[in-house]
Amino acid sequence: MSDRQELAVRDKQELATKEEKTAPGRYFIPDTDIFETDEFLAVILEMPGVQKSNVEVALENDVLRVDGKLNLSDYEGMEPVYTEYNIGHYTRSFAISSKIDRDNISAQLDNGVLTLTLPKAKEALPRRIALQ
Amino acid sequence: MALFPEPFGTLLRLQDALETFRTSGWMQSSPSGSGSYPPLNVFRKGSDLVLIAEVPGINKSDLDLQVKGRTIRLAGTKTVKFAENASVHRRERLAGRFDRSVTLPVEIDPDGVKAECRDGILALFLPQAERDKARSISIG
Repeated sequence: MSDRQELAVRDKQELATKEEKTAPGRYFIPDTDIFETDEFLAVILEMPGVQKSNVEVALENDVLRVDGKLNLSDYEGMEPVYTEYNIGHYTRSFAISSKIDRDNISAQLDNGVLTLTLPKAKEALPRRIALQ
Repeated sequence: MALFPEPFGTLLRLQDALETFRTSGWMQSSPSGSGSYPPLNVFRKGSDLVLIAEVPGINKSDLDLQVKGRTIRLAGTKTVKFAENASVHRRERLAGRFDRSVTLPVEIDPDGVKAECRDGILALFLPQAERDKARSISIG
């Protein structure tokens, strides 16, 4: 379906800061898909260049916050000659409205894509409403 | 000379350097230009070139890389999947196929090209052709 389409280039979005970062530099907003099934909420973020050990996920006061740090040592000894995009750490947060079973959140990182699965708490599972 | 000597505090410097070279005329003498997927950065490391592209969510098996002379071809397909019966809240990730050719303005050794794909980053190591390297000339 969509696979037939030509993949277009989209500029990476830079974070317009709401809070100051302690380290100077630009942060980027990862492209994100969010979908929901009856049992869970899935948040999928693209963070190319981020290794497993440099990902931080926190859920606090119904705000899901994801941070991904780049490993800059990969760029040691490299001098740019031609560039089309910039790089930086990633950060993004979402207000999550459904009740989440916090103890069973799982995260997986594959090819620079972080998939978070947030299972819904029992009381938040949908109830089918029968028509009279 | 190491442009980025220590890992911390260098992010800003690296970002500034990358920004500066966005207007570099390095590719101007070749037919290639920007605007095609995937966006890429080219670095010099010693006498070799390193071409880096961000390809998050693309499997190695979905990438097709070719070298011919000084032209590199990067083709492939990116798919974005949702679970069955999913109701979508937000959709920003792009999917589709791509096919990009880049002709470098320098001679490379096509047999020595190495590729690496890790954490959604594709890196191509392009050794400079032996006959293109600088040679010191002694005065007789």
